[in-house]
Amino acid sequence: MTETPNLVAFTPERLEKVKDIIARYPEGRQKSALLPVLHVAQEQWGWLSSEVMDYVAGILSLEPVEVYEVATFYTMYHLDPVGKHVIEYCRTGPCCLMGGEDVYGYLKQKLGVEAGQTTADGLFTLKEVECLAACGWGPVFQIREKYYMNLTNEKVDQIIEDLSK
Amino acid sequence: MAKKILTEHINVPGIETFDVYRRQGGYTAVEKALKTMTPDEIVEETKKSGVRGRGGAGFPMGMKWGFLAKPEGVPRYLVCNADESEPGTFKDHYLMKSIPHLLIEGMIIGSFALGAKKSFIYVRGELMYVIHILEKAIAEAKAAGFLGQNILGTGYDLELIVQSGGGAYICGEETALLESLEGKRGNPRNKPPFPAVKGLYQSPTVVNNVESIANMPWIINNGADAYAGIGIGRSTGTKLISASGHIKKPGVYEIELGVSVEEFLNSDEYCGGIRDGHHLKALVAGGSSVPILPAHLIMKTANGEDRLMSYESLSDGGFATGTMLGSGGFIVFDETACIVRNTWNFARFYHHESCGQCSPCREGTGWMEKVLHRIEHGHGSMHDVDLLVDISKKIEGNTICPLGDAAAWPVASAIRHFRDEFMWHITNPHEASQPGAVYQGEMALV
Repeated sequence: MTETPNLVAFTPERLEKVKDIIARYPEGRQKSALLPVLHVAQEQWGWLSSEVMDYVAGILSLEPVEVYEVATFYTMYHLDPVGKHVIEYCRTGPCCLMGGEDVYGYLKQKLGVEAGQTTADGLFTLKEVECLAACGWGPVFQIREKYYMNLTNEKVDQIIEDLSK
Repeated sequence: MAKKILTEHINVPGIETFDVYRRQGGYTAVEKALKTMTPDEIVEETKKSGVRGRGGAGFPMGMKWGFLAKPEGVPRYLVCNADESEPGTFKDHYLMKSIPHLLIEGMIIGSFALGAKKSFIYVRGELMYVIHILEKAIAEAKAAGFLGQNILGTGYDLELIVQSGGGAYICGEETALLESLEGKRGNPRNKPPFPAVKGLYQSPTVVNNVESIANMPWIINNGADAYAGIGIGRSTGTKLISASGHIKKPGVYEIELGVSVEEFLNSDEYCGGIRDGHHLKALVAGGSSVPILPAHLIMKTANGEDRLMSYESLSDGGFATGTMLGSGGFIVFDETACIVRNTWNFARFYHHESCGQCSPCREGTGWMEKVLHRIEHGHGSMHDVDLLVDISKKIEGNTICPLGDAAAWPVASAIRHFRDEFMWHITNPHEASQPGAVYQGEMALV
């Protein structure tokens, strides 16, 4: 599990990245940077604690509530601690037609968790998501930036084994 | 082989790089547009081509460009909608990851035509790897002098920014997208004012889908007449179709508009037919929100004419017997698919994705999901089917954005064409709620 950091600050590299993002928008429109900057924050801390959101608010000169209302609206932002790997499993129709529900059942059984839960060893958090725009290559799940496609029980075994090393 | 406008070079090794794309004739349209055409000429050419919005609405793109307000001293924006999230649709994902420079070239032409100096590509956040591909391609184009200050010595400046979303289907609605791009929740705006007058940062803005913009290089290179010569009637040009479900070859295919559904579904050039040993039961032709049709109505119109892959033919018969081309999300169901289960699945999707602003959508999508869940799980009652129709009617047309309609149509159409299957679930709850149970009653299979 990722602990809430005592001292909340972007690493120097990420701070540079954040400054570059803010500079993309017209004068006075730095709020536009909010969604991209929250992604950078989540990349660093794994999830968005209220301390992290307050810190982001400070950087963008926003009221904390402006950050909270955005972070709670969009599904990609994790508002609770997550495991090392977050498996975001597509539960939408086209993937289901390709056997997505069966593979999902297998994955849940294999990890011993339900949607929203993290494995006891802290390695995997399972989340159900809606359509990932990969319907022709279903069933699909995503871990961070990577899409895992045309899933079968065997592929799930392999992926979980690789990521457990 | 059918004409390819967008995917002609998509399988050339290295086409994602500037050099290879350039060697295949890439960026010649930018040179032609910026050096030999005026912005108004480009807008006129776009109107003449007849190209229509490929995100789902099918609104003529040139006309949309023509609506853009041009007050003195106010910046104008072109925003590309790459928030592709409609279930069954993955063509923009495929196009951007495979041939990113095609979109960038189209964005430069479009931005020049509209007088935008800063343009955005808003990509759904889940496609972060595609965002990296686009950013790399933009850096290459900039290094080659096609972006940045004084492009090709013409005095035109353009900055192209890739914006990541946060995971919200609603941001595919253009005013929700603009809200999101401003760093807010993706709540659609009341219209008017339309984005063409007050869009991003309250400035005149055009929002276009990825595929729509990607047509621009070809239109500039070959002319509007050549483009309009492809396709059928008012459905000009080609269309990317995302094919998924129970077919032999799922994937993205570029078709000339007007090819028959029969050919698209069964020929080896496209879907390759239904998987062996199975039959077509139903089809969603344009993404999850368009009406689902049973096999006989998707292959032929109610008048017995061949159904074509065009805006007009697919909507022939209205919602009574027709559907829509939508985003081109072609989802195929064979006889093993349970319509009730799929309808519940889609209803859950729309409930999850409703932004919550309008009561009919916020509450109605939840009720539809709940009622469908109980029918699917063996707890439905006889009046539930009419209740669903009633809820769908109370959502449709009563919200400020089309998500409400998009949620209502799949439910209403499933009941319209598969009422018996719903009734079977209600009258045989034990049998119907078994895993994998599918109604085997009378239906026309093709």
